[in-house]
Amino acid sequence: MRTVALTVNGTRRELELEPRELLVYVLRERLGLTGTNVGCDTSSCGSCTVLVDGVSAKSCTLLGLQVDGAAITTIEGLASDGTLHPVQQAFHDNHALQCGYCTPGMVLAAVSLIEEGGATSEEAIREGLEGNLCRCTGYHNIVAAVQDAAVKMERAS
Amino acid sequence: MSATEERTEYIGAPVKRREDAALLTGCGTYVDNMTPAGTVFMTVVRSPYAHARVASIDLTAARASDGVVAAFTAAELQEDWKAAMPCAWPVTEDMKNPPHYPLTDVARYQGDGVAVVLAESRAQATDAAELVEVDWEPLDVSVDVSKALDDGAPLVHPDLGTNECYVWTLDTDATGEALEDADVVVTRRYYQPRLIPNAMEPRAVVAVPGPAGDLTLYSTTQIPHILRLLAAATLGLHESKVRVVAPDVGGGFGSKLDVYAEELLVMALARRFGRPVKWVEERSENYVATIHGRDFVTEYTLAARKDGTITHCRAKVTAAMGAYLQLVTPGIPLLGAWIYSGPYAIPNYSVEFTGVFTNTTPTDAYRGAGRPEATYVIERTMDALADELRMDRLELRRKNFISEFPFTLASGLTIDSGDYHASLDKLVDVLDLEALHAEQAKRRENGGTKQLGVGFSTYNEMCGLAPSRILGAIRYAAGGWEQATIRFLPTGSVQVVTGTSPHGQGHETAWAQIAADRLGVDIDEVEVLHGDTAISHFGLDSYGSRSLAVGGVAVWHAGDKLVEKARQLAAHELEASPDDLEYANGSFTVKGSPDKEKTLKALAFSAWAAHDLPEGMEPGLEATATYDPPNFSWPGGAHAAVVEVDPETGDARLVRYVAVDDVGTVVNPIIVDGQVHGGITQGISTALYEEGAYDEEGNLQTANLLTYLVPSAAELPSFELERTESPSPTNPLGVKGVGETGTIAAAPAVINAVLDALSHLGVKDIQMPATPERVWRAIQEAKS
Repeated sequence: MRTVALTVNGTRRELELEPRELLVYVLRERLGLTGTNVGCDTSSCGSCTVLVDGVSAKSCTLLGLQVDGAAITTIEGLASDGTLHPVQQAFHDNHALQCGYCTPGMVLAAVSLIEEGGATSEEAIREGLEGNLCRCTGYHNIVAAVQDAAVKMERAS
Repeated sequence: MSATEERTEYIGAPVKRREDAALLTGCGTYVDNMTPAGTVFMTVVRSPYAHARVASIDLTAARASDGVVAAFTAAELQEDWKAAMPCAWPVTEDMKNPPHYPLTDVARYQGDGVAVVLAESRAQATDAAELVEVDWEPLDVSVDVSKALDDGAPLVHPDLGTNECYVWTLDTDATGEALEDADVVVTRRYYQPRLIPNAMEPRAVVAVPGPAGDLTLYSTTQIPHILRLLAAATLGLHESKVRVVAPDVGGGFGSKLDVYAEELLVMALARRFGRPVKWVEERSENYVATIHGRDFVTEYTLAARKDGTITHCRAKVTAAMGAYLQLVTPGIPLLGAWIYSGPYAIPNYSVEFTGVFTNTTPTDAYRGAGRPEATYVIERTMDALADELRMDRLELRRKNFISEFPFTLASGLTIDSGDYHASLDKLVDVLDLEALHAEQAKRRENGGTKQLGVGFSTYNEMCGLAPSRILGAIRYAAGGWEQATIRFLPTGSVQVVTGTSPHGQGHETAWAQIAADRLGVDIDEVEVLHGDTAISHFGLDSYGSRSLAVGGVAVWHAGDKLVEKARQLAAHELEASPDDLEYANGSFTVKGSPDKEKTLKALAFSAWAAHDLPEGMEPGLEATATYDPPNFSWPGGAHAAVVEVDPETGDARLVRYVAVDDVGTVVNPIIVDGQVHGGITQGISTALYEEGAYDEEGNLQTANLLTYLVPSAAELPSFELERTESPSPTNPLGVKGVGETGTIAAAPAVINAVLDALSHLGVKDIQMPATPERVWRAIQEAKS
């Protein structure tokens, strides 16, 4: 067991972790933040994407010990004061989710992509979201939502 | 609101989904998010062999491992099963259905479960399962569906003496005269690759024992009602002691339309230990333990006169069942059995299905189920026939389209409505086909790495499962009705209870639209309840594009009944005859005296208070309708794919996809478009990317998301969708269903496009999926 300190959705947490514990299970099982979903066991699907120090990362690819000192944002921490983040709002406005299982990861991947200035064209968005799989939407409305959000966040070009 | 005031109709409006708020903020209630106090975790020990006897099994080390509560072999749990795993569709009287149970001592596919371990944590259960020692005695395997009936093929179930499960036929032309009289006969053989559904949420179950011998099962299921019935039967419980809850379910596509071993195991173990038992499928486990789709070999024949009039169609299908029959495994081919003539008027018709056992994961319903398989062979062969007749492929389709409705197919079913010409005309218009042909010619002339191809698929399908009398006639065990209850709460809020069980389709929003319109209330006052057998007592759940066409119509009928009861109460209060009342937008008025008015909301309070009801009227404003559709519903349309193919590398890329669908009346256009987007993506993916492949020993070669290509956004373009609308005359909403249209239509459009891009090189056939290697090899073969 080792002690790590994380800031998760703005709250500082100190945890005793086993070396083998993946970040996604730290979030889900230690902290009860079940909004981060697990969709595969090969780091392929992106359902578990969170922001680590503001940058998207698949939380199944990181050990809890690796993120000691980091600031993590999960889907539960994205809206502020009851107002949806522009990406969440755009997903709703553009019907960019159906079953919702990939959605938390997809939203956070999109937040990171837009913030990095990578959502400048349909092609760039499609390439930028390559690591996040959705089985319901065919991505059509997801791409539209990310374009919509990028405009609203003034990061479309 | 007065009766004269116009209100916005919700039906047809792009109402944004109410489901989104929770799902966008991490508040989804997926089963894995739930771990009741005292939960123990189950892991299943699975066979690494496709066919092997368990010569001996030793659980000693597993039982001694940290945190382990118990471990069981198949034999040690056998007494818990009062019936074998259920198959609801014995398609013929003599169909072979060897009994199978949640655990086995002879594994018949890679992934078959042979033992379970229960431990205090998920990690401990997984660690302990590694310590189970099995002495395997490998047996010979039959893996390939096209070889499983060969003489001497190893038998999946030796006791049967054969791998043949059943033969089912529907033949209107036993003499074969139409074939002999035809000018042109085209026969082609196709393989429908095995597909792995890959709903983004793997399966998960939690069984919670209650104090009175009752059990609650939380499951990632599409079918809580059917599961309640069959789990009770398998475990020997009173059905009243079983509650099934389907909370938020992360996609299904048919793969959660089943009764699975793990559902029964957690229930049996929760009952034994008096503790909640939880199992969560890993993705790699999902590849072997959750049903697969397709795996059909089809020989398809079209016969025609010189002028292109098609006189005969014939399909001979060999369909892989996998190792066992799951809930509706043998019935999957039958879901396409009546539509092997497509949207064409073909007078002579014969189909023959042979179901065969193979040492593979059982097949069952995957999006489209039986109809993509039919549409694929029809639309590929239509192009081949046009080629043979030297006729334009769209002209051939137009010449043979059914153009008057209702139309009774040679197969015996009656299509109530459609307009196939309108869909195709619109498609050609949107495509700008002339410009595409010009561009194709230019690129051919110039050579290069982006040869253009355009492919078409004109389709129809039967969905809205299903008229109960027909299901009975084809030996399905249950009916096809659906139930809805609508009740006013005293303050005028409305509850809708539905027997459908959504898993991404947006029923909470769409059913609220229907109820709000019928009752003339604000949509925000309507809540829709589903997915819990303690709340929705009766229903037949969600699959087969049935939810709107059957369940949504049930909501409308429940509204009708409720309005009629309210009319009696309004007449009583207004001292008028019920016949003299007019109902509109949630209010009754007396004809000729519009100032005499009673709103449904006011009547709901009166009915609840019950102070002054008409003689014999029961208190409360509530109605239940159970709707049994008189016919299937019949969506149809025309799709086109435009691809670029690199003849040097074989790389085929989809650059445009245009879909024109007729799904009848549209309740919510954004939801309908979303269903089409997702559906065509799965069809495109079938054509270009996905294939569940086994090696000769029955090892699944594509056993995870690294080796089985589920496409990302980067593999796909945005889509161009259009609609035509011929409302179904069969139901009062005019709806038809949309969940599977895209998947049914898309694969042949894409393959026809790839072949069109390469037609100048002489390429006539490419097996799905059209991977670069397959395309490259087809080009080389055509050259030599």
